[in-house]
Amino acid sequence: MLARLMAITIKEFWAILRDPRARIILIMPPLIQLFVLGFATTLEVKNIAVGIYDRDGGRWSIEMTQRIAGSPNVVAILPISSPEEMRQAIDRQQTIAVVSFAQGFSADVAAGRPAVVQAIFDGRKSNAAQIVLGYLNTIVADLGAELSATPARTGAIVNHWFNPNLLYLWFTMPGLVVIITTISGLGLTAQAVARERELGTFDQLMVSPLRVPEILIGKVIPPVLVGFINATIYMVLISTLFGVPLTGSVPFFYISLLLYLLALAGVGLLVSSLSQTQQQAFLGMFLVAVPAILLSGYASPVDNMPGWLRILAQGDPTKHFLIVSEGVFLKDMTVPDLWANTWPLAVIAIVTLGVSSALFRARME
Amino acid sequence: MNPRRFMALLIKESRQILRDPSTFLIALVLPLILLFLFGTAVSLDVREVRIGLALEDDSAVASSLGMAFRNSRWFDVTFARELASLEPELVAGKLRGIIVIPQDFGARMESGQAQATIQIITDGSLPNTASFVANYAQGVQTQWAQGEALDHGVAAERPINLIPRFWFNPELTSRDFLIPGSIAIVMSMIGTLLTALVVAREWERGTMEALMATPVAMSELLASKVLPYFILGLGSVALCTGLAVFVFGVPFRGSIPGLLAVSSAFLVPALGQGLLISAIAKNQFVASQMALLIGFLPSMVLSGFIFEIASMPVPIQIITYAVPARYLVPSLQTLFTVGDIWPMFLHSIAILLGFGLIYFALAIRVTHRRIA
Amino acid sequence: MANPVPAAVLSNVSRRFGKARAPALDNISLEIRPGLMTGLVGPDGAGKTTLIRLLAGLIDHDEGEVTVLGKPATEADRKRIGYMPQRFGLYEDLSVIENLRLYAELRGLPTGKWDDRFAELLRFTDLGAFTERLAGRLSGGMKQKLGLACALVETPELLLLDEPGVGVDPLSRRELWAMVRKLTEAGIAVLWSTAYLDEAEKCEEVFLLSEGRLIHAGPPGDLTREAAGRCFRMRGDGPGKRRLLAGLVADPAIRDATIQGASVRFLTNAGASPPKGAEPVPARFEDAFVDRLGGGPKGHSLLAEHYRAVPENDLPAIEAHQLTKRFGPFTAANGIDFKVPRGEIFGLLGPNGAGKSTTFKMLCGLLTPTSGDGRVAGHNLRHSRSAARRSLGYMAQKFSLYGDLSVRQNLNFFAGAYGLTGAKRREALGRMVEIFHLGPYLRQNAGGLPLGFKQRLSLACAVMHEPPTLFLDEPTSGVDPIVRREFWSHINGLVEKGVTVLVTTHFMEEAEYCDRILVIYRAEQIALGSPDVLKRDAATPDRPDPTLEEAFISLIEASESKDEAA
Repeated sequence: MLARLMAITIKEFWAILRDPRARIILIMPPLIQLFVLGFATTLEVKNIAVGIYDRDGGRWSIEMTQRIAGSPNVVAILPISSPEEMRQAIDRQQTIAVVSFAQGFSADVAAGRPAVVQAIFDGRKSNAAQIVLGYLNTIVADLGAELSATPARTGAIVNHWFNPNLLYLWFTMPGLVVIITTISGLGLTAQAVARERELGTFDQLMVSPLRVPEILIGKVIPPVLVGFINATIYMVLISTLFGVPLTGSVPFFYISLLLYLLALAGVGLLVSSLSQTQQQAFLGMFLVAVPAILLSGYASPVDNMPGWLRILAQGDPTKHFLIVSEGVFLKDMTVPDLWANTWPLAVIAIVTLGVSSALFRARME
Repeated sequence: MNPRRFMALLIKESRQILRDPSTFLIALVLPLILLFLFGTAVSLDVREVRIGLALEDDSAVASSLGMAFRNSRWFDVTFARELASLEPELVAGKLRGIIVIPQDFGARMESGQAQATIQIITDGSLPNTASFVANYAQGVQTQWAQGEALDHGVAAERPINLIPRFWFNPELTSRDFLIPGSIAIVMSMIGTLLTALVVAREWERGTMEALMATPVAMSELLASKVLPYFILGLGSVALCTGLAVFVFGVPFRGSIPGLLAVSSAFLVPALGQGLLISAIAKNQFVASQMALLIGFLPSMVLSGFIFEIASMPVPIQIITYAVPARYLVPSLQTLFTVGDIWPMFLHSIAILLGFGLIYFALAIRVTHRRIA
Repeated sequence: MANPVPAAVLSNVSRRFGKARAPALDNISLEIRPGLMTGLVGPDGAGKTTLIRLLAGLIDHDEGEVTVLGKPATEADRKRIGYMPQRFGLYEDLSVIENLRLYAELRGLPTGKWDDRFAELLRFTDLGAFTERLAGRLSGGMKQKLGLACALVETPELLLLDEPGVGVDPLSRRELWAMVRKLTEAGIAVLWSTAYLDEAEKCEEVFLLSEGRLIHAGPPGDLTREAAGRCFRMRGDGPGKRRLLAGLVADPAIRDATIQGASVRFLTNAGASPPKGAEPVPARFEDAFVDRLGGGPKGHSLLAEHYRAVPENDLPAIEAHQLTKRFGPFTAANGIDFKVPRGEIFGLLGPNGAGKSTTFKMLCGLLTPTSGDGRVAGHNLRHSRSAARRSLGYMAQKFSLYGDLSVRQNLNFFAGAYGLTGAKRREALGRMVEIFHLGPYLRQNAGGLPLGFKQRLSLACAVMHEPPTLFLDEPTSGVDPIVRREFWSHINGLVEKGVTVLVTTHFMEEAEYCDRILVIYRAEQIALGSPDVLKRDAATPDRPDPTLEEAFISLIEASESKDEAA
């Protein structure tokens, strides 16, 4: 029993390491993904150009323009001289926002009358527009506070926990550990059975005394180990090279990772058992991976989804493991909290592995 | 180009499209799934954020501020007596922020001596939600303070007021720009992945060898691959547009000719990419991996469809210039939410056609009428 | 020799793939003449496909000149050339008629001629009843005929066929041959590449390739004549034939020997006299072919020598009891019933799709029978599948080991899969490496081995755990005669040790090695007996000594006419 299990596990390892196609999945994309996705998948809004339509031209409109230009997120000021020009600049996406000062703006400010500034945003990019509005609001509020005769009676101190400077990279990186593990884990297991079928080795395997559980365990172990190694490399890179703090329980992260990888393996083997060729396995993997990632909360928060989708997302292992990863990296999440997001992984793993082994048996003929 | 041979190849290709399950998957199932996900699951609109409110002060002023938070349409508030009982909820991700109204808040407000401050704690692990909480919580507080002041007969108007206006999408629904963006993804899947697969399949199944031994010209063969998938791509745009408008309620303010022109121009480089990949790979599996890596992923990540290109580091911004979808996405978003802006379209179309020319030239160079 | 102008000429042509490797074609000169059936033969990897592709203008050559229909091959008028690649070049998701129409357009057949031409081709290929069926759903033989029809849609002047007989049963192969034969009568030049030497024998002209070199060109009779007067046959009763064969192989005066039913057929060295009791038989092309390649392998099987003796047992080693398999409404095998005693080679024979593979798969546990039972070494395949599997060794038709794994990794895996550990595994591994001369290849990928070594490795993986029964699925189709002889010398040796062998084949040379053969046709078993009995039953006054292939075909035809009568 043990000898057979050893034999098939070692064989599966070699199959992954020696198959040039599997190597493509293994090495190239994860590294590209870590660097390109790490920097590209940001919902921050930086390096923006702001249009200024200044019909006032007085002291305070110039003061404000200077403050806008001085914002770290703004790279350029686009002077605008007419409504037509303003429309064109926004239409052609030369700028995302135009700040418009009416005549008499400075006079109002100087006289202590409430002054009004208009800001026009490109609603095509509703998310970015709202963030830019936030920037502009802060500038306006700061200037207003300085001008105000009486200090405000109330104020607020803002504390961003877990990520004091709201660095987007701190969110992306722990998330990418999950995404990359998902893609490589699914990719490898989805090929595992389909490859044998396509290359004609499936029959050879089935006439040997290997039992179905042995074959499946043999096929699960290598992707799980590859996942462990990948995740470890990313963890080290992220906490050193990218400086993201690793605050929580690393041992528990690994426990959770193991269950997550098993859940992925279950899904992957399910796809693989249903596929006749590696091509079909690939497309099947794609059709599973894209929704899993989009529902996980990486592309946009699960909180923003409609209620019934939030329920559906409970069945998405990626969603649970994303919480664990962010929690362990940034939040120093407690073990009970981690566990609350880990046991669903165990349930998903048991269900998918169970179904795929039943399917494997059924599809033997 | 012999018209009869070309027609025969076209008919063959069309029949295969109709009979092959992978065409069905990529051209129909995948667009539906993507559109559905971007129409419902992916949303950048923050609706109601769950926050906690630690009301450590039981003065009337403090509860009035608390009520202001509860009544705000931006927050779903859980009340507590002290911060300590809310903290674990923030760590667990059940709350995205905590407002602390400290013990001395009422006293300070009454005395007017010192500023009465509240504390806003956010979950920084979700940076966008965190800024949202911080900004809107401050907004609620400011408004409440103005109301308080008025009650006391003091006009505490702000010296400068910013009045925002959002053009094209006043409701600020992210769906209106995500769905047009996802149409770009669907088109690159059909153009690049599907085309790469069908040509690679001819090599893999040995039919390419048989074709090459007939009088067929390479140009006829390539053209017969391109035209059907071009039409399929346009069909899929029509399907997606219909779904976007009638099912997801995205406005369509542009014109059909505009949509046609922009999508046709995009299909040229997408198809060229597909042909080039298949000419290099000659194997369905490798072709699909390459299509994913140079077709799908860049269209998804580097096109500005979800993630702002301007916010990326410069080296990655430079890469985006080589991604055809980068030129398509803004035009599509414009077509849906703004209308026809031809100068913008023409600019994109020119660049897309330029890319298309390069890809086709490369594909033709690489495809030889030899099998080894 | 009606037309002296050759359809294609190769002069001093060489072609190599990669500098380090031996040339695929080495200084070849030949002529293909119209109105003749020209055979292109040689072991796998000899360069047959390369040569055909050169003629079709699909690859370039490095040196020399290739002239096709008066022009360089790559510029030749493709309308005048018909080409059928090894995989037929059919679109599996198009129907028969759609494939024909496509190739008719591509070859520029005027629309007016379509109906007549298609009717003719469909009659010719007997596909008239299947015009609407998708090509992917046709049987192997039918695909082949359709492939040929597509190549013939506009009557070519040169027809190039790349191994049209591979994987096709003798019946379909014979029909195909007859079809092409008719074309040569109309003056077409045909180049027919094949691994079947009996086909080569029927050609007017044969080119024999070996390792990229042309070692014979001319009528096959010229070559066969070299072996004339040196071919004999000797009877050896029952299992005695294998001992007789071993004795003859060991004899230095004997160049080559093979089993043919209950007899041994052999070729003596030039000038040597045959042993007593040998009856002279006419020489065949294969005799001369093996002679040219240096004779059959000598020596006895080391594998058998080291193999454990399988203990005597009264129970049948393999038993099929009313095995039936249905896939939905379709019955793939119906009431198959036989027993194979220990130490026998038992063959399953039948046309493509007749049900022999289904039967074979049920007996090795790959398919569960709908009804009936199968037993291997006494273990019921329904209840004790795992025990049954431990007592069988399996060799698939296609090379089906792990191509990306090295030879050593493959051996290690199969040793482990069959539960060999520690010293036992090392010992078994060492033995296999030694017996099959795998030493120099241990680190190489199994997929990149020469065909003969793939064959050896497959056998090694199947017998490492010394099973009492062996299941072989067309073990030697496509391999050259020398490797085939070596393979069967191992099998014969193992049978002497008490191993039982079940083999499916539609390769007659393989069938000849069997002690008994079960013929399956249309899911039913239609005959069971030794090769000699089957041949005897098929004898007619005008064909007193039929070959096994003739016997097989007449059995099928008899069964067909019985079905029609019923």
